[in-house]
Amino acid sequence: MDFTIEFDKQQIESIENILQEELIDLGVQSVILMDLAGNVIVNLENGGASHDVYSLAALAAGNYGAVSAMANIIGEQEFSLLFHKGEEESIHFSKVVEDLLLLTIFNKNVSLGFLRLKVAEAIKRIQVLI
Amino acid sequence: MALINPKKKEVQVKIVYYGPGRGGKTTNLEYINKKFKKRIQNEMVTVKTYGDRTLFFDFLPFDIGEIKGHSIKVQLYTVPGQVKYNATRRLVLRGVDGLVFVADSMDLRREMNIRSLQNLKENLETFNKSIFNTPLVLQYNKRDLEEEGIPILSVDTLQRDLNSRLKAPSFAASAVKGDNVAATMKKIIALTVGSLRKKLE
Repeated sequence: MDFTIEFDKQQIESIENILQEELIDLGVQSVILMDLAGNVIVNLENGGASHDVYSLAALAAGNYGAVSAMANIIGEQEFSLLFHKGEEESIHFSKVVEDLLLLTIFNKNVSLGFLRLKVAEAIKRIQVLI
Repeated sequence: MALINPKKKEVQVKIVYYGPGRGGKTTNLEYINKKFKKRIQNEMVTVKTYGDRTLFFDFLPFDIGEIKGHSIKVQLYTVPGQVKYNATRRLVLRGVDGLVFVADSMDLRREMNIRSLQNLKENLETFNKSIFNTPLVLQYNKRDLEEEGIPILSVDTLQRDLNSRLKAPSFAASAVKGDNVAATMKKIIALTVGSLRKKLE
């Protein structure tokens, strides 16, 4: 079993459009679609911030793996949604399909509830493409 | 499998430094980070314990230029070497494209090297990967200890213990001094990227 899913140019463009419409236009700073090996598949930013996305993805993959191992210990298969809240910026993680994660970085101007709704919609649209 | 982004024409390659605890994996990355500072845009990321041991991994992203019109981003990782951290070691191995096994040349660590290599084989198998089909370079680190009168294993012994079946390229090195650190890295990049060339055509 190898973990990287292959994408063609068309798929990447469609995913970028979805993430732009559902999330960047909503006001989120940055979205990263990544695999659990820590590879960045798609990264979009609203121009307001520039993060070190490769390091973020490496740490996010490790973090997700560690939290999944914690889930197993308490008898859960996994925690499919993670959220880290900061003073100004927050990070939201959501599983897209096996081995793919969507990371969203957003600030206080975006409500968590609305973001979760939009992330769920984006994921539903992306799942159809993969 | 490396990730190929056909739109950005970018390839991400994951190389993992594996080996027993206190063998010099982090020191390898620190040396590379210092030596190639100009080509490294981001800070090295380390997740350490208070005792300065690697708790989760170190991470160093590195641009090596273009091959067949694709820009190649190499991501160097280390694993925690201590035996008890096997779960995190396995997480870091996920999606690995190339491996450097950093063995400790100290006489006292002979058994630890063999056990760590065995552990690597087993962890790769959990991802249905074989050590024989994954690009691999061996590094016999800490050769400088000989000058301090500390007993070290001969390169022949290390070859017999670790490399008799693998027959991987190997380097006698000193990560502290930087001897053969760049050579080890260049070799594993060449092997790993070489295995991708066909896919990029």
